[in-house]
Amino acid sequence: MEENKLLLKVKDLKVSFFTPAGEVKAVDGISYALGYNEVMGIVGESGSGKSVEAYSIIGLLQNPGRVIGGSIEFEGENLLEYTPEQMRQFRGNKVSMIFQNPMTCLNPVYTIGNQLTEALTCHDKTISKEEARKKAIEMLELVGINNAEKRMNQYPHEFSGGMRQRAMIAMALICSPKLLIADEPTTALDVTIQAQILELMKDLQRKENTSIIFITHNLGVVADICDRISVMYAGRIVEQGKVNDIFYDPQHPYTRRLLQSIPRLDEEDDERLIPIEGTPIDLLNPPQGCNFGPRCTECMKICLRQKPPLAQVGEGHISACWLHFKDALEKEGEK
Amino acid sequence: MSEQTRKKLLEVEKLRKYFPVKGNKLLEKKYVQAVESVSLSIYKGETLGLVGESGCGKTTLGRTIIRLYEPTSGRIVYDGTPIYDSEKNISVKMLPYRRKMQIIFQDPSGSLDPRMTVGEIIGEALDIHGLTPSKKERTDRIRHLLEEVGLNTEHANRFPHEFSGGQQQRVGIARALAVDPEFIVCDEPISALDVSIQSQVVNMLEDLQANKGLTYLFIAHDVSVVRHISNRIGVMYLGCLVELAESHELCNHPIHPYTKTLLSAVPLPDPIKSRARQRILLEGDIPSPINPPSGCRFHTRCPYATDRCRQEMPVLKEYGPGHFGACHLLEQNG
Repeated sequence: MEENKLLLKVKDLKVSFFTPAGEVKAVDGISYALGYNEVMGIVGESGSGKSVEAYSIIGLLQNPGRVIGGSIEFEGENLLEYTPEQMRQFRGNKVSMIFQNPMTCLNPVYTIGNQLTEALTCHDKTISKEEARKKAIEMLELVGINNAEKRMNQYPHEFSGGMRQRAMIAMALICSPKLLIADEPTTALDVTIQAQILELMKDLQRKENTSIIFITHNLGVVADICDRISVMYAGRIVEQGKVNDIFYDPQHPYTRRLLQSIPRLDEEDDERLIPIEGTPIDLLNPPQGCNFGPRCTECMKICLRQKPPLAQVGEGHISACWLHFKDALEKEGEK
Repeated sequence: MSEQTRKKLLEVEKLRKYFPVKGNKLLEKKYVQAVESVSLSIYKGETLGLVGESGCGKTTLGRTIIRLYEPTSGRIVYDGTPIYDSEKNISVKMLPYRRKMQIIFQDPSGSLDPRMTVGEIIGEALDIHGLTPSKKERTDRIRHLLEEVGLNTEHANRFPHEFSGGQQQRVGIARALAVDPEFIVCDEPISALDVSIQSQVVNMLEDLQANKGLTYLFIAHDVSVVRHISNRIGVMYLGCLVELAESHELCNHPIHPYTKTLLSAVPLPDPIKSRARQRILLEGDIPSPINPPSGCRFHTRCPYATDRCRQEMPVLKEYGPGHFGACHLLEQNG
């Protein structure tokens, strides 16, 4: 990927939460780049830092969370140096976000139409009321809401779960942002509704050429929609690559085990699941070595002593594991 | 499972559960028709999976079967004895049956009393049924149960909040096992857990079943998990059982239009397969169970609906060996 074609570049981002019990390194030095018109999936379990990372891009990190290192460049500008006013302009206009639970970000006492047009008039002071309304109706139709005129005057509680998620997508896309961050957008929905929303997002992505960061814990969901995938574990990216590389040629033990541990509908024989033993690490007391070390079946001595470096294991495919350095370590007599 | 050993443990006939809703008393009284005339049998030693989307009544059915909810009408027979029959006015005392039928709940933290230690939580079940006469036996039994679900014996003195979600669910399972039940309703036992923990609990449930000969009713919305753990699967839509078959048969040759849709919507963790397959997308949302559609409850979203579907409710009939479906179209096609 060429440098000048990058939309977003996250470099060595570190986010910590300073709690009374101590510092929690929620995001511990992650780097990635996102091109124009690209869909990147971020997969991880709860507590892996996937949402925190997204909140720091859009500047919605809440106390006691703070970005303590690294940079986030959006079209060449470092977002961490933006003033609150610049950030406010940036949000919604260039990047917007959809959340897991639409009810938490739709205001229950305003109509859907009111909230949609507000997003427009906020960012474009010259737009007239009629124009804004027209555009909002168009947007609702685009996300597949029938009777858009009538729906404009309804309140969020009059919408069903799937419809609310559609309305939220409409709101996020109404200012034509270049980047859309979707934080578990289908987790709260039923599978048939989830299929509708995924189909809609794929369709909109093609039409509007928006880049998407798709955050989820469901490997099945990212397989369909994403170009590239980052797998996160305990605040770090453990593996990153093209979608086919991650699913058909996973290199990091965590990715491999994760894929083995989920039951699949397309499997013929009822093999026993191979679970990942143990529990995710306590972020207050992270281990000295590899975060996955204590649960890894291929763990070596060095894994418990030192954090593994990133290894290039293929074109655009990286993995953070000492196993990739096994030969070199054996030569040095360390194992 | 061989055919000879197929002994019915539980039989449910035309079970109905309606919940009254507040509304205008002057007008007609309204009900949420959560479970509508469901008939099914569960065989000894099998796992019957129950899938469906939220609000389809799968949890209500599970709870009504073990009479945590009092049925509105219908018949429940457990091991040859009717425990509920609305026509013959049978409604037995459930306490002796609670020893045989247990439940594991979805929300592990919400279903454990925060003020009781894990030992007290598990011991309570033993006390109610008077299973352990001496104090020593009681402590031994609690320790044994904790080990059985993969926890430490020292954990007996801790409180639920000191455990992770996966461990809390293990406590919930130990509590259900305390009375040595024959039948356990697993109501979404893993959906609140992290992906990497889910498979641990699934494996444990399978091991316990093999060791103790348990019978499960496994309720979940995740079809992949249900297919993995179940011998047979029932699919519910808006309170009705629409299809029931062996799990392989159901996943490979679904006959009901709703089952086909549901299966095609399940995300596959396989980029090439999932991009190549054709998804059947349904229009709209699930209708309200307060005013369910007339006739077949699926007709408002079914692409093949006919006039008959709008007027007459289809009944569950056998279309292949052990393969049941409730759809008028199947009848017409033979």
